[in-house]
Amino acid sequence: MFAGFMMNTWIVATMVATVAGFVGFFVVARRSSFAAHVLPFAAFPGAAAATLLGVSELLGLVAFAGLGVLGISQLGRNDRREVATALCLVSLLALGTLFLSMTREYSQGIYALLFGEVLGISTSQILPVAVMSVIAIGTMALCFRPLLLDSISPELAAALGVSNRFWELQFLTVLALSTAMALPVVGALLVFSLMVGPASAARSLTDRPLVAALLSVCIAVVTVWVAVALCYLSNWPVGFFVGALGVVSYLSGRLCRRYGAASYRLSPRRLSSNAR
Amino acid sequence: MHFWLTMMFAPGFFTNEPVMTAIVVGGGAAVVSGVVGVFTIIRGQSFAGHALADVSSAGGSASFLLGVSPLLGFMGMAIIAAAVMGFADMRDARERDLVTGIVLGAGLGLTALFLYFDINSMSTSGAAITVMFGSMFSIPAAIIPLTLLVAVGATAAIVVAYRPLLVGSLSAELAEVQGVHSRVIGLAYVLALSLAVALSAMTIGAILSTALLIGPAAAALRLANRPGSAVILSIALGLAATWGGILLAYDSFYWTPGHGWPVSFFIVTLVLLFYVAATLVAHRGLGRARVHPAEVRSS
Repeated sequence: MFAGFMMNTWIVATMVATVAGFVGFFVVARRSSFAAHVLPFAAFPGAAAATLLGVSELLGLVAFAGLGVLGISQLGRNDRREVATALCLVSLLALGTLFLSMTREYSQGIYALLFGEVLGISTSQILPVAVMSVIAIGTMALCFRPLLLDSISPELAAALGVSNRFWELQFLTVLALSTAMALPVVGALLVFSLMVGPASAARSLTDRPLVAALLSVCIAVVTVWVAVALCYLSNWPVGFFVGALGVVSYLSGRLCRRYGAASYRLSPRRLSSNAR
Repeated sequence: MHFWLTMMFAPGFFTNEPVMTAIVVGGGAAVVSGVVGVFTIIRGQSFAGHALADVSSAGGSASFLLGVSPLLGFMGMAIIAAAVMGFADMRDARERDLVTGIVLGAGLGLTALFLYFDINSMSTSGAAITVMFGSMFSIPAAIIPLTLLVAVGATAAIVVAYRPLLVGSLSAELAEVQGVHSRVIGLAYVLALSLAVALSAMTIGAILSTALLIGPAAAALRLANRPGSAVILSIALGLAATWGGILLAYDSFYWTPGHGWPVSFFIVTLVLLFYVAATLVAHRGLGRARVHPAEVRSS
């Protein structure tokens, strides 16, 4: 399990989990699960497009993730956010089906891009993921306080002169970049599951935002380690284990909250009741 | 006249059996999605609708393994997922968003697992693409009766519950005042939603079925000023996109010889064109957007 060829997998999986756990804290706080689902899944046709045009796969992924961010934020101006997100997803995926039908040889890669093939990561894939992880975590850490304020209470943030649109765009951009980088390595499903599951447990375990974010990272890293180990032993897809562990995280978070542990909710209601 | 007809309908369109099957099955999916989609948007549950479609793909990929009809697979999984999502506490919007995300992640994980078994046990390497992106022209004709039964059943359920469902979707408080059991109505709606997404997931593929659910309804809600006309417009737009997409995909065999363009691509493109056109028309002030609670009360 810890043989030479597996080392790359452990390193990359840990980095992806760290970013996903950290970004996931904001995904949960901002109620952005849909965007977190859409951006990885909308980016993956970019890989097929890149193969078709003969450019680097990463370029295609970043371009499509960028299109996704633009679509969500622009369409969201004059329609419900959910509707805009859904329409954005299907339009990029429709392009994907067209590209796929043109490059027959690519259909094998689809499964890997959607669900991940973590057991064959080359050393050259480590550096881009590492660079991207540092950028994503750095940006999120620098903007932690204003982003948190904007997530918990958009009205209060707007009253204090924080631009909601700016932070939404900033958040989506980091989300898109971190998924685009991880996509060819671990697949769209794994990125998404890692963003929602661990953070949903972390929010139930503590009241303090920073602690919750760190806890979310820890749970994400443990999740991915267990998933990779199980995947190595059973040869079943890693996305299945991460998804199942996400359910475990969520349920244990709810149990903890019900049975006396600190209840943690980043909701305006709770903030106002504290103030009273 | 004859010239233009042959230009539009490439030879053999009306005598080709797979095309006829696609027209019937796709039409059924478009009607149900059109009706349910309007309520999905009014209730703000687009994410749930999309998640159910994605999760139903686990059933689709399991049906290859079990050797049952794919429609049964898609429907079974969608209903299970809907029950799980309905069982959780859905009153809080944050909780709803999270539960949907968790169910979606777990469901797609199951899809990955079943597809892995499919690929390993019977070397159907195309299963991933069939399930996720659909392949309309390979739907077996034997599935038509079941499809129509499901489509008629789901549409009838919505039509019977139309009034209380509409009131409950626009304002839960108003529904309670009028003595409507919002829980029962919510369950009926979610059941119809899972049937609708299962049908369209089977026809245009799990991850694209959201286009048929959300697109026509969003366009219709921009143009229509009454809920009833929004539903009818949504059905019409859905049917136009589906049948137009099938026609274009069939004709595309003749544009690029030997290589057809995917049906799903044309359907989604038409849906988006309708949406953009509807947005432009609504901006010009030709149509009044949105259904407002006040209008329902007064009508």
